Amino acid sequence: MGLIIHEELVNETTGKELESLCPFGALTYKDGKIDISAGCKLCKICVNRGPKGVITFEEEKKVLINKDEYKGVCVYADIDHGITHKVTFELIGKAKELASVINHPVYAIVIGYNTKKNVDELLSYGVDKVFVYDHKGLDDYDIEKYTNCFEDFIKRIKPSSILVGATNVGRSLAPRVAARFHTGLTADCTKLEMKENTDLVQIRPAFGGNIMAQIINPNNRPQFATVRYKIFNAPSKVTNPSGIVENVVIKDEWLESRNEIIEVVEKPKELDIAEADVIVAVGRGLKSTDDLKMVEELANELNAVVACTRPLVEAGVFDSKHQIGLSGKTVKPKLIITLGISGAIQFTSGMNNSDCIIAINNDPDAQIFNVANYCIIGDIYDIVPKLIEKIKEEKANV
Amino acid sequence: MKIIVCVKQVPGTTNVNVDPVTGTLIRDGASSKTNPYDLYALEAALKLKGEFGGKVSVVSMGPPSALVAIREAIYMGCDEGVLITDRKFGGADVLATSYTLCSGIKAVGEFDVILTGKQTTDGDTAQVGSELAEHLNLPHVTNVKEIFDEGETIKYISNLDNKIVTGRIKKPCLICMDGDVNTPRLPSFKRKKEFGDCKDLIKMITFNDVEDKDESHYGLKGSPTQVERIFEPDKRNEKEIISDGDLALKVFDIIKDRKFI
Repeated sequence: MGLIIHEELVNETTGKELESLCPFGALTYKDGKIDISAGCKLCKICVNRGPKGVITFEEEKKVLINKDEYKGVCVYADIDHGITHKVTFELIGKAKELASVINHPVYAIVIGYNTKKNVDELLSYGVDKVFVYDHKGLDDYDIEKYTNCFEDFIKRIKPSSILVGATNVGRSLAPRVAARFHTGLTADCTKLEMKENTDLVQIRPAFGGNIMAQIINPNNRPQFATVRYKIFNAPSKVTNPSGIVENVVIKDEWLESRNEIIEVVEKPKELDIAEADVIVAVGRGLKSTDDLKMVEELANELNAVVACTRPLVEAGVFDSKHQIGLSGKTVKPKLIITLGISGAIQFTSGMNNSDCIIAINNDPDAQIFNVANYCIIGDIYDIVPKLIEKIKEEKANV
Repeated sequence: MKIIVCVKQVPGTTNVNVDPVTGTLIRDGASSKTNPYDLYALEAALKLKGEFGGKVSVVSMGPPSALVAIREAIYMGCDEGVLITDRKFGGADVLATSYTLCSGIKAVGEFDVILTGKQTTDGDTAQVGSELAEHLNLPHVTNVKEIFDEGETIKYISNLDNKIVTGRIKKPCLICMDGDVNTPRLPSFKRKKEFGDCKDLIKMITFNDVEDKDESHYGLKGSPTQVERIFEPDKRNEKEIISDGDLALKVFDIIKDRKFI
């Protein structure tokens, strides 16, 4: 472990100071000694902000990998029975940006059956090379088969970075493949940048709080990141696609699986708040479920869908498909009006890319105002009924 | 049938901020709770045991204070608990966490099914279950809402974004339960009185108990990802603050100007 306690400097003052400094409660001072518990997250706050020299961090010499052996920024094409999930195109746009910094090619990996149409679609967005694992046995998503194909791709091509959409499939496949290669994976990145040394800079909300963390894989390749739908913008298509295709011959042993699919039933098209242009979102400022009528009426007048924060789902007021945030959906509407939402980053990271954010909250210090374009400091119970009335009047006059 | 359920103790509040002066993390309150998503996995395991018989072990990795979460699970009905704890395991990212859980579970012994929650409320990554399955070389499924024991296999119903998949997975296997799929039972007061601190039911696993003694696989050393810096989220620079006058009219004007009416 990297933290070293210099006992000669430990006393009542430094001990107590360190104890209160640790945000994870992992340091305890007792009888002239400091103890570090398993709660330590090695955030090094005690090293950098604590009394000087009491706790130091010793770096260990590591065998460094040769990063030049790994070339290319790869996007996993999320294809489900012929339909490419739109997050794939958003990731291609980002991959092109990232690859241009280090002059790497942009790859896509396709796993499925009858994927010709999807492959052409990927090429039309300017992918340099598409690796295709197409076989009847890969028609239905299967974690073991797909991981085997992905493994073959990584072993042979050695891509530097791999971007995966945080869909149901991506969230299961990316960690499985990353674990097979004992490499790093950062989930639900909200921002990605590339360093000249090919380290992928991954930014995401962290520690479950209002904190962003910047994460890198300094000594592992490939570097995996998952990104949700609607975080990045889809690029425009290129006029003359010049990318090439490699069709990989599937080996029988890749198709072995301990999982058998009995039945797949398409769900009736459900409300998807991610697709809405206008959203009215409500949070804990709502005093009673009866007041939902007011919220629904406003949404109705604006042709909007109603969305909510996590506490309202936990309280059973809404079904989870209405939830915006890290544990719900990411949305990017043209307009979102938030009513009585305080704006924990858990929530805002799921909506702060919206075109226009109007936040109404009676607490002038509410964190939602950090991301809003219009900060309306007032009571939703005053404003919303009057607003509904005004919209109705306006419509009546047209 | 032997079922293992993985649980994590998470902060009771998600209210963490950066101190503007010192740049350090401020976490208000020291309260903690069992990750709410894990309760669905616990309930699913106890229901399975009720219907088909067997034994349920709850496994957690974390500081000694995580014993609270293990005891809660035992009061709910789990037969025994395991805490994987060691300073050497601290500072772990997704890879090192899942690898440590794998080593700890191997030290516990044989099992048929591992159940996990969908994600935690303090990391929200939803990745540890899938990585654990890979380390243990188990087949796995995610977003599962119902499970049935069929002897050699488990039949499951998985609730994906646009479809419902019914499948059959060979034991031993790992199943990530979805959120909101059942009503987790409350801890029983009777069991609490009976088992108290559950001393005889909980086993501690430390670095000395795991088979792989290579320290570079655990904790910070075993973590490929490194946090370079932490910072406050961006604030929007161009914004308008409106706090007096006819607020409803002002909101109306904004919406009308932007042609949403």
